[in-house]
Order: sequence, then structure tokens, then C-alpha cells
Amino acid sequence: MGFEGIGAAVRRREDLRFISGRGNYTDDINRPGQLHAVIIRSPHAHARIKGIDAAAAKAAPGVVAVFVGEDMAADNLGGLPCGWQVKNKDGSPMAEPPHPVLAVGKVRHVGDPVAVVIAETKGAARDAAELVSVDYEVLPAVPTLEAAQKPGAPLVHDGVAGNICYDWHLGDKDAVDAAFAKAHKVGRLELVNNRLIPNAMEPRAAVGEFDPASGDYTLYTTSQNPHVIRLLMGAFVLHIPEHKLRVVAPDVGGGFGSKIYHYAEEAIVTWAAGKVKRPVKWTAERTESFMSDAHGRDHVTVAEMAMDKDGRFLGLRVRTQANMGAYLSTFAPCVPTYLYATLLAGVYTTPAIYAEVKAVFTNSVPVDAYRGAGRPEASFLLERLVDICALEMGLDRVEIRRRNFIPSSAFPYQTPVALQYDSGDYTATLEACLKAADWAGFEARRAEAKKRGKLRGIGISTYIEACGIAPSAVVGSLGARAGLYEVANIRVNPTGSITVFTGTHSHGQGHETTFAQLIADQFGVPMSQVEIVHGDTAKIPFGMGTYGSRSLAVGGSAMVKAAEKIIAKGKRIAAHLLEASADDIEFKDGKFQVAGTDRAKALAEVSLAAYVPHNYPIEELEPGLEETAFYDPKNFTYPGGCHICEVEIDPDTGVVQVVNFCAVDDVGRVINPMIVEGQIQGGVAQGIGQALLETCVYDENGQLLSGSMMDYTLPRADDLPNIKVGTAITLCTHNPLGVKGCGEVGAIGSPPAVIGAVVDALKDYGVRHIDMPATPHKLWRIINANRPRMAAE
Amino acid sequence: MYDFAYHRPSSVADAVKLLASDPDAKVMSGGMTLIPTLKQRLARPSAIIDLSGIRDLVGISVSAGAVTIKAMTTHAAVAASAEVKKAIPALAAMAEHIGDAQVRNRGTIGGSIANHDPAADYPGAVLALGATVHTNTRKIAADDFFTGMFSTALAPDELVTAVEFPIPEKAAYVKFPNPASRYAMVGVFVAKGPAGVRVAVTGAGANGVFRHTAMEEALAKNWSPDALHDVGTAEEGLNGDIHASKEYRAHLVGVMAKRAVAKAG
Ligand SMILES: Cc1cc2nc3c(=O)[nH]c(=O)nc-3n(C[C@H](O)[C@H](O)[C@H](O)COP(=O)(O)OP(=O)(O)OC[C@H]3O[C@@H](n4cnc5c(N)ncnc54)[C@H](O)[C@@H]3O)c2cc1C
Repeated sequence: MGFEGIGAAVRRREDLRFISGRGNYTDDINRPGQLHAVIIRSPHAHARIKGIDAAAAKAAPGVVAVFVGEDMAADNLGGLPCGWQVKNKDGSPMAEPPHPVLAVGKVRHVGDPVAVVIAETKGAARDAAELVSVDYEVLPAVPTLEAAQKPGAPLVHDGVAGNICYDWHLGDKDAVDAAFAKAHKVGRLELVNNRLIPNAMEPRAAVGEFDPASGDYTLYTTSQNPHVIRLLMGAFVLHIPEHKLRVVAPDVGGGFGSKIYHYAEEAIVTWAAGKVKRPVKWTAERTESFMSDAHGRDHVTVAEMAMDKDGRFLGLRVRTQANMGAYLSTFAPCVPTYLYATLLAGVYTTPAIYAEVKAVFTNSVPVDAYRGAGRPEASFLLERLVDICALEMGLDRVEIRRRNFIPSSAFPYQTPVALQYDSGDYTATLEACLKAADWAGFEARRAEAKKRGKLRGIGISTYIEACGIAPSAVVGSLGARAGLYEVANIRVNPTGSITVFTGTHSHGQGHETTFAQLIADQFGVPMSQVEIVHGDTAKIPFGMGTYGSRSLAVGGSAMVKAAEKIIAKGKRIAAHLLEASADDIEFKDGKFQVAGTDRAKALAEVSLAAYVPHNYPIEELEPGLEETAFYDPKNFTYPGGCHICEVEIDPDTGVVQVVNFCAVDDVGRVINPMIVEGQIQGGVAQGIGQALLETCVYDENGQLLSGSMMDYTLPRADDLPNIKVGTAITLCTHNPLGVKGCGEVGAIGSPPAVIGAVVDALKDYGVRHIDMPATPHKLWRIINANRPRMAAE
Repeated sequence: MYDFAYHRPSSVADAVKLLASDPDAKVMSGGMTLIPTLKQRLARPSAIIDLSGIRDLVGISVSAGAVTIKAMTTHAAVAASAEVKKAIPALAAMAEHIGDAQVRNRGTIGGSIANHDPAADYPGAVLALGATVHTNTRKIAADDFFTGMFSTALAPDELVTAVEFPIPEKAAYVKFPNPASRYAMVGVFVAKGPAGVRVAVTGAGANGVFRHTAMEEALAKNWSPDALHDVGTAEEGLNGDIHASKEYRAHLVGVMAKRAVAKAG
């Protein structure tokens, strides 16, 4: 066995299970006596429910029950809660309209759950679902930001005036106004951050179970954070105390954020299982996923940057409208505020920043965090604006960035938008990426492409993000209704193998490998001696789950803390066994050794003594070798880096091909470089998807036109180049491993580099900016409209 | 899907008998289109008549002037056929770029043309090559076969049994795939052969595949991409959707046609 500790590119141990069909996903779970649920969803974007006639369905063969919103209301159940409260400019709380599990009175988006049919088989449930007749009075719909904000627009929620959820701001308006008053030049940009539909490979699923003998409920669900679901669903919706509710998130096939939230179907199957006293399973069809998984992004923004005569940034003013969809999904309010506006300094020394964000309800699927969550929106805006500023100043795009970088000597660096960056070296990632991408040689490649009739362009982004979310007290003061610590329980078994229980959750990230490497490294044992357990509230102390690239930075830190406790205890046990003072014991390479001697006890000997405490300091120490640590982070972590993209456009068709993509990121200390590379490549693939291919389209009636794979363009292998990934790291200064996070950087850094490249390729066509996705159709229109002028010139 | 009866006859005669006796029955070839519509409950046939048990319906034969492909021959078989590659390379190349490997291993020529999806590839080949569609009762010229989007000249109890393609002197197919579905958003099949110059456009037309007579005339005079330089395509009758407006599709017809002529040589 080769080196497998921190820094080793160990192959993912979970993959054998996944690629050989041995995974255990929620839909693979079948409980004795299980029934099947089919959800009846609204076909309308906005309608009043005048009546629901389920008599025929209830009488249909195999049907056990049909429930509607009133049935849940009769049980005094709560609505789906929102986990973050944002305040308006005047300090008043945001509008937080009710979010019933099954619609009551009104439906507010296509896909809004209206009723559930529970039957012996899925087929019987589907047959019966067609017999449920819902009498709708269709109302005018406002599916988009624009429609929802027109004067006199129909209201999504009665009582939420103007469809405004909140009108929030951050920063120093007066300082920004003053900066603009003395500006030499101003760069200005209006842009749209396109709405995305996540599409994890595994659709959402849930199995609810109730044991009438014990009164215990169990929910198996496709979740990134089973404890959070237990808390939200138990405490706010179904009123089941924690000790009577177990939530299991087994193997989960991708989440990208969309499986953070507490969804209606989880509450429906759990509650229904109690009603019918049999397990109830629901698995989404892909079409249902499109209309019920939380969507991502969907901003419209106007941004302006004031510059001095050298192109130094003096002030940034940003006005953003953010689409919340029809209801507040669990963490929706924080995405366009605390995960977005706080990032608007980027990697630059802009001294004054003021951002206003208006969140708007619309008749569309709720919008929440999606890979990057707020930070891709911030980096796209800022990096595109910096390119515009370069144009405005007649400066090179790299030069304007260099002039405005926060120097590596300036850390810790306090931004004007609340964050304090702990470390980074933006010049280092920039230089490494410029070199890897051969930026200097680009003009020759452009000329060569021209000979082939292709328009070639290059784009760059130097971005930062904030992840490893985050100190509980800080997020609490900003409106979070949850803590954001993480927990690890380490159990050294009697013969020295190690079981680690983590509150984080792996749904594709490779935790079972990375964490095993980390633990193997901490204890000096082979990885094969380490097992990582996650995803079951019955096994694991209360943890917060995985999102915002927090698992290693927060969950890994908790593991280090728990390991320190084990080692401290082990030293005392070893001291007893070796008849030495605990202060003289060193722990190294899996051994407790008396310093300066060859007298030592292996971890397994110490653990055996702990569990068979015959010769043991029983007066001073409890038996056993198991410790738990809860780690609350001291700050966010701040990964950042440089992405460079090169594209070629076929002017006859508008087709863009990404011909080169280089990313050099500072993700802090790297535990497994292969996994980091994969995470970054995956993120870049999604970023290229957003930039060139993906977009969610509603028609004016709120019908989802991009509601299937036939119309929603996910990136495929042949849309992507060979993505070159490098790292140039600085260590995080406030967590024990020096780690930052790598799960989202790809999706955060890449879109502006791609669009920058497309704009650069079309620079002779009078283009300054192109909204995402830069589809062939859109580019052809630009090329075609400017061709006559080109010819004339 | 809804319940249905299932039959797997072993001869065309038996299949036709079953079909004639039950107006709500549907035949199934590869099932690549039919099964998704069943799963989505968009169709409710009383019975499925699965043609996969009819050995007579599989195979490719080449005579002096024509390639005949029987209805149940899969796209993968056409793509891999040395005979097709030699006689009509454009046809094999087209088959090789339908859908994905799974679809090509199941989907059939008979199912594809009987379905007449306006974005399907085969209708372009059939029309441009001036093929003849053989059914259990008659032979139908390509020009008479495709009657509109998802509709053909087939009678309710009529089966496609084979398609006979005259071997052209030159032919090529170029498509612009829909970015999401990868079906043809615009596909142009050009051919020069016994039936003269023929240009068929698939993907773009609201009524399915159509011949581009203006391009045919231009190419008959001068078989070269340049001949198409000033030949426009009317937007009327074209499809417009979230991926491409009529205007863009009309433009792409021109680009794909030029590329197809260049490719045909
Ligand atoms: C993911 C995916 C991608 C695809 N991409 C493409 C693409 O890029 N280009 C393309 O051209 N096609 C594409 N297809 C379609 C596919 O290639 C098949 O051609 C198509 O599904 C029909 O062929 P089939 O044999 O599966 O027919 P079936 O699904 O079995 O039948 C289709 C219809 O034709 C009728 N039918 C079948 N056989 C006969 C017959 N012999 N006589 C009379 N009626 C008959 C059936 O009753 C049914 O109504 C794609 C399909 C899928 C699922």
C-alpha cells in the first residue's frame, strides 16, 4: 500500500459500490407492507382551488387513501418553514407568507402539490390520481421578475404588497455616492443571471414509516442534511419530537444544494405513514424534479463601478432583483443577500460598496441555493463589470485586475461588505493560470483561428468566494435560524480500528475517502482501519450536513478536535501502561511513546486497555476510547483563484466551442488532489453549462417550457474541453487543517471567464456584454445584426 | 403506463391481422418513441403488437441500383453495415449520429419513418434519396409518404416492411442538433442520383420533412456550395421555439445545405 495520508491521490473507495450497482439509494429502500404515493400537482401557475373531488379515486382499486391540504390542516400541521429571516432596509422583517405542505385555497406555481394518492402499487396510485378532479379557477400569473413588479401586478400571496419579499441593503451608500462624485470614469453593466434547474442524477425520493407499537417515525430521504430535516419537519411541520423521529439519508446521487431543503414530499410520506400505518414511498419522476426541486440563480442586476484616472476602483454600486419563486424555500432569503452582496469586494480593494437587493415572489418554482449559491452571481457580476471597466479605461483586462488586487501583505483584510478575508495570494493564482493557459500566446492562436474562419476569444476571471459556512453567532446575527457548527464522533474500537461518525453528508463528494485519509493521517493507521459513517440521525450526534463547501473546513475540523481528545486520553492510558508521566508521552506514527525512549504502546494496545480495563487508571479515567467534538468555525474560508477560458465561435451558426479551460485555485490544504481536481472539473462543467447552455424558461402564463431534458440543455461530455486544474495554495489561518473548500469554486469562477471569452471573440461586432446562456441562436443574432456594419467598415 | 395486451406475432400477416382486428392496438418496433409515450401516459393503446418476433423484417440487401433496408433493422445495424457504407455512405453516417448508442441499438428505420417526428433524421434521407417505402400492401414513393408532422400515408392497419433507397451518385447529410435533445433542429440531406438532384430538410419544418425545390434547381445547374449562396429559405412554415426562431432555422437550412454539398463532394 502506497502513501495514503494527507496529500495522496487515493482512489475513491465508495466508487466500487456506486459503479457496480451496489449503492443503496432511497428508491432502493423497500419496507415491508410499503405503499406508493403519487403527488397531484398544479398544472397552472396561479389558480384558486374551488374544489377537489377525490371520491372516485378513493374507490379505485388498490387505493388506500387520498389526502388534500385540508386533511393536513385538520391535523394542525405546520407549513414548510424558512430557515433564514432577512430584514428590510427599515429593520422590519421580510414577508414570510405561509407555505402549506399541500396547497390550501390557491396554487402558486406549476408543480405546486395539491393532493396525494396512496395505493398498493405505483401504477394503481397513478391510475387513481387521474380520477381526482380539481376544479381550478385560473388566475393571471406573474412568472418572472418583470411581470411580478409591474404596477398592479397580480399578487402571488394576498397580503404581500407588490410581491416584495424584502428590500434589503448592505454597505455605505454615502461613501459610494462620494466615490462616484469624484470618479474619473464609471463602468456600467446591466445583466441577468439566468435561472437554472439543478438536475441531480438521482431524483428526489422519500420513504416514510411509522411503528404503531413504539410510536416511532422513520424517514428515508434524499437529503444533504438529515438532522436539519429532522429538526425542521419534526418541530415545525409534523410536531414529532426528535427522539421519536429518525431521518436517514442513505447514498444520495448528487445534490448541488437542491437536496438541502425540507420539501413537501418528505412531510407528506412521513405524516401519511402515520395515518395509514404502513410505509409510504414516493420517488420523483424527472418531470416532477423539473417542477419541484428548488431552482437556482435568477437575478437581474444593474452595477456601476467608479474609477480613478488609473483605473483603481473607488466605489461599487449594485442594484439586484432576485426571484424567490412562489414560496420561500428553506434557505432562499440568504442566497441573494449574505451569500451574495458580502462577496462584492471580490479580490479587489474597492473601498466603498453599496448593494440593494429586492427579493420578489413570482409564480414559479421556489429558488434557493444551487452550487455556489449567491457567490456565482457575485463573481459573474463583478468579473464582467471589471472587464467593462477595462474597456472603459482602455486598459488590459489583466492589468486592471493587478492594479486593484488586495495585496498578499494585506491579510487579514477587512472588506467594506462585512467579511474579513484571512489569507490568499491573488497574484500567485493569476500568474500560474496565465502561464498554464499561455495567455501571452493568445493573439497568435486568434490569428490562426481566423484563417480557419473561426472567431477566437479569451476570457479571464479572478474570483473569490466564502465557504465553510460559518460562525454560528455571526450567521445568527444575520438572520439564520440555525447554528452552523459541525460534529464528529470518533470511536476507536477495542482492537484499534476506527469508526468516525460525521454530521456532514456525502452525496458524490468522496467523503468516505477524504475523511478516511484525514483520520488515517491523524492516527497513523492505514486507511483500511477507518470507516466513515454519515447520514443517519439514529447513529450520529446532531450535525448540520453538507453544503457551501463546508464538510472538510467545518466537519474535518471537528474530526481533528475529536482526534485530539482521543490522543490526549490515549496518552494518559499509555502513561499508565508504560509507567511514565503523561506529559512525557508523544503520539507519533500510530504509537504512544515515552519521549526519548523506545518504550511505546500502539494505538490498538491502548484501545484494548481502554475497553478491557484490567490494568487501567480506573480512578482517574473512564474506560472506553470514544470522543465527540463540536466545532464552530471562527470565520468563513475564502477560496479563490483564476480561471481562463478560450472559445472559438463559428460565425455561420453561432456555435461556441470551449477549446481551452484552465483553473488555478487556492483551496487551502489539499487532502486528496484527485478528488479536488474532480470537484473543480465538475464545478467548471456546471459553470460552462450556465454560461453557454442552461436556462429555465417560463412562458407568460407560467408554464415551464424547459421542463424536460428535451428542452433543458445540461452540459454533456462533448460540450466540454479537457479542463486543466491546478492549485496554488495559501493556508486558511483559522482552522486546524488550513483547508478552505473546493466544492463550488468551479461553478463560481468559471461563468465570467467563459462569457469574457465569448465577448472577446465578438469584440469586432460591437459587443460589450452577453447574457448567459450564450446560445448559438443568441450569438448568431448578434453576428448577423452586426455583419452589414462590419462589411461597411 | 396503462395496462395493455401484448402480442408478439412471428409473421407480418399475423401482425396485420391483429392490427386490423383492434383499432386501438399499436405496433411496436424499437419502442424508443412508443415506450416513453406509454410511460408518460400520453398514449393508451389496448394492445401492443411487438414486431421483434418477425425475423422477415430484419436485414439489408444491396442490388445493382438500390439498397433495401427492412423495417426492423436498427440504426446501429445500418451504421455498421459495410454494404450500406459502400453503396450510400451518407446513409450509414446519418444512422450513426441518431440519438445515443442505446437508442441506435433499439430504434429502427420502420419505426422512425412511420413515426415521422419532424425532428427525426431518417425522413430526410428517405425524401432526398427518393426512396420507396414498402408496406404489407403496396409501395409508396417518398414524395407521397410523409403527409405532415407525425403523419404519413400509412393506413391504420398498414405496416412498413422495408425502405428501398436508389443508390445516388453523391449524397451527404449535415445536421444542426438541438442543443438539448440532440434531435435535428435543422438537418439537410442532399443527393444527386437517378432521380436528379434532391434536397430534403428535416427538423426545421412545422409539417415535418420537406423538399427545398429552389435549392434543387440551383444545384441541378451547378452542384457546388456556392450555387446556394443566393438561395433563401422562406420562414413561413418553419418551426420556432425556445431554441431557435424561424429566422434562425431558415438561416441554418442554408448553412447546413452548403456544408452538405461540400461534404458530398
Ligand atoms: C433519447 C432518444 C434520442 C433520439 N434521438 C434521435 C435522433 O437524434 N434522431 C432521430 O431521428 N431519432 C431519434 N430518436 C428516435 C429513435 O431513433 C427511433 O427512430 C424512434 O424512436 C422510432 O423508432 P422505433 O423503432 O423505436 O419505433 P417505436 O417507438 O417502436 O414506434 C414508433 C411509432 O411508429 C409505429 N411503428 C413502428 N414500427 C412500425 C412499422 N413497421 N410500421 C408502421 N408503424 C410502425 C409505432 O406504432 C409507433 O407509433 C431518439 C429517441 C430517443 C429515445
